[in-house]
Amino acid sequence: MNLKRLVIASTAAASLAATSAFAGPDDDSLVVAWGSTGPIENVDNYFNTNRTGIWFSRMVWDQLIYREPKTFEYKPLLAESWEALSDTTWQFKLRKGVKFHNGEPFDADDVVFTLNWISDPANGVKVQRNVNWIKNAEKVDQYTVNVNMKKPFPQAFEFLSGPVTIYPNEYYAEVGPEGMHKAPVGTGPMKVTSITTAEEYKFVRNPDYTWGSPKGEAQTASMVVREIADVQTQIAELLAGGIDITADISADHVDQIGNFPGFTALQAGTMRTGYIGFDAAGRGNFEPTTKLAVRQAMAMAINREALVENLIRGDAGVIHTPCFPTQFGCDADVAAKWEFNPEEAKKLLASAGYPDGFEIEFYTFRPADWAEAIMADLSKVGIKASLTKMPYFALRDKQRNEGTTPMFLMDWGSYSMNDMSAITSHFFKKGPDDFALDDEIAGWLEEGDTSPDSEIRKAAYAKAIKKITEQVYWLPMFNHVRNYGFNEKLTFIPYQDEIPRFWQYGWNG
Amino acid sequence: MLAYALKRSFAALLILIVVSALTFSLSHLSADPALTIGGAQASDEDIEAIRKLYGFDRPVYVQYFEWAGRALAGDFGKSYHYGERVSFMISQRIGTTMTLGVLALLFALIISIPLGVVAAIRPNSLVDRIALLIAVFGQALPTFWFALMMIIVMGVWWRWLPISGNDTWAHFVMPTIALGYYATPALMRLTRAGMIEVLGSDYIRTARAKGLSPSVVLFKHALRNAIIPVVALAAVWFGFMLGGSIVIETIFNLKGIGWLSYDALLRSDLPVVQAIVLIFASFYVILTLLSDLLNAWLDPRISVR
Repeated sequence: MNLKRLVIASTAAASLAATSAFAGPDDDSLVVAWGSTGPIENVDNYFNTNRTGIWFSRMVWDQLIYREPKTFEYKPLLAESWEALSDTTWQFKLRKGVKFHNGEPFDADDVVFTLNWISDPANGVKVQRNVNWIKNAEKVDQYTVNVNMKKPFPQAFEFLSGPVTIYPNEYYAEVGPEGMHKAPVGTGPMKVTSITTAEEYKFVRNPDYTWGSPKGEAQTASMVVREIADVQTQIAELLAGGIDITADISADHVDQIGNFPGFTALQAGTMRTGYIGFDAAGRGNFEPTTKLAVRQAMAMAINREALVENLIRGDAGVIHTPCFPTQFGCDADVAAKWEFNPEEAKKLLASAGYPDGFEIEFYTFRPADWAEAIMADLSKVGIKASLTKMPYFALRDKQRNEGTTPMFLMDWGSYSMNDMSAITSHFFKKGPDDFALDDEIAGWLEEGDTSPDSEIRKAAYAKAIKKITEQVYWLPMFNHVRNYGFNEKLTFIPYQDEIPRFWQYGWNG
Repeated sequence: MLAYALKRSFAALLILIVVSALTFSLSHLSADPALTIGGAQASDEDIEAIRKLYGFDRPVYVQYFEWAGRALAGDFGKSYHYGERVSFMISQRIGTTMTLGVLALLFALIISIPLGVVAAIRPNSLVDRIALLIAVFGQALPTFWFALMMIIVMGVWWRWLPISGNDTWAHFVMPTIALGYYATPALMRLTRAGMIEVLGSDYIRTARAKGLSPSVVLFKHALRNAIIPVVALAAVWFGFMLGGSIVIETIFNLKGIGWLSYDALLRSDLPVVQAIVLIFASFYVILTLLSDLLNAWLDPRISVR
């Protein structure tokens, strides 16, 4: 019996009368297990690169703009309103009466300081892409700010409602990134009480968060987020009452935990887009994938519906676009759709000069059973794929530096941004991750990324989507799901952008 | 004795130099540290700038000698991921690993030596059979499986013990048993075999004939000699426990250097990996050296062989 099944099954057979020893609704607190992305290097929002930093930043800080997580609509947050003064300048009217956790009042000085500090390359913000579009910020009056961009940047609101959080100017000028890591101060719904790197983060409700923020007030008085790397240990802690929720479990665990009294488990769809990439440009000198008919044949040989239904499950669905359909510009109607048709695939292979198929190396960092299902489909048309499963960074290293990956199953979360520039432009603008190296596509994407006119953007992106899918530079596969297990008394809300809003989770009885 | 100690110390030093050179070169060949530091979103220009900034564009042997020079002074550099000094990170976590290692070794010795002695006094008795059963189970059970079984029974079903973390002594109970139990069979069987051999020797017969009490014969004369190989083995097992605590620390979420090495390996955080491998190797080499010297002191014949 599989160990993880044994853990669940054995526990199910045990006495259920024992009450929670640590977590649960009794003390109006929430204990979360988090571990899939590993410990964060620095909680300062501008000095980390993993997903822990994303949920942490939403808890502690606020942005000028709020992106409603279900509809992706932009709403006022620290800015009450905004207007475009030109193609490169936005003016924001700021909210009054907001205070930082240390009591410092929020005003234009904080916004100007934050945006000017992060956009200065000398300060070394870790993800320059998040900030290098900002030219500067200027104070108009105490509650009005002009934000100037280096050039028209239509994705600005995605950044101003996401990674660009506002810091208290006096405090940050004094303590810098190191001090912010040790004692974070923001305006957000939760205040940090302690951080033990790689172990746990402790929070209490921000009592001043009553100014009508669309993010809502914290639903529990306190919260502990524990870093637990091992999923089996997370499940044991959940079932023993040591934690209230985990977001790291596999699809198998969902059924098992869901059948266990007192607990709920679900698979929530996300905007993380899975794809099979082909070395169409011949970066690794592997000839078959440079031929269009071969790539088309491989697309028709893979039964994506069956893969989603049997292995991915939950809210996952087959995707036909090299982006997530809710993202700006991601028009599914223009994409070429490759239906499962192994007989046609065989004919295409024969026409490309491979009537008996060929051998190919197949790379992924994702579960082997996903890759094996794909390999089984390919073998039916004569393509013998050999799987190499590598850690994520090692695989990225091989792709970017060597380019010797003729076929790879990967995925991209778009940094939770609802704009296709966050995914398609990353992979098809002739950067180190581009295995198509198509000038035409790179040009269209550049036009879409920089034009202030949304219709021009859409038209440019549509041309790129059409060609990428017709040429099968990528075979888009499915959107990923995130699997959650939690105490059934917890009010839990999953979102497509994969960002858990822990402060919104409360107890319902 | 001095010549023997010097010879063994030189061999130990040589092993450490080879281990450090191999670790450094293999880890630099297996991953691009610039990509690790830059993260997934880094552009080609970012990566190239990082290579220059950190000196990764220089030959590996140049980087090694620079690192070794600093390591000799106790400076292992900064973690690529956390940006903290590696020596500080290790100093924060080594206490947990040492606590676990010492407790696990004590657990193993407390179980194995009395059982080995009793089994030797009464060979083929019920006690001997039970001891054998314990040994077989201990050797056959994979540590991670045994750990998970304990979590299920004592953590989830009965809720007697905390499952993860290292906040209290109670958090160390299950990890100690899981890690220590694996060492018990070898120590117990060696104690038993040594005691059976010693108890059948002439000097023990003489001691008995002189009318010494059974306890004096057993503990003062027999056990002192039978324990020599157990000391050597226990030292080796202690080294193994410190290095082998990676799995146990991960399962029980104990944030010691075993866990730190696992985390560093996943991230290709090379300064941390290099320092920990060197430290684990040093533990192992120093403990083996100490056990050799201790054995030579207990049995002077060893140093003149």
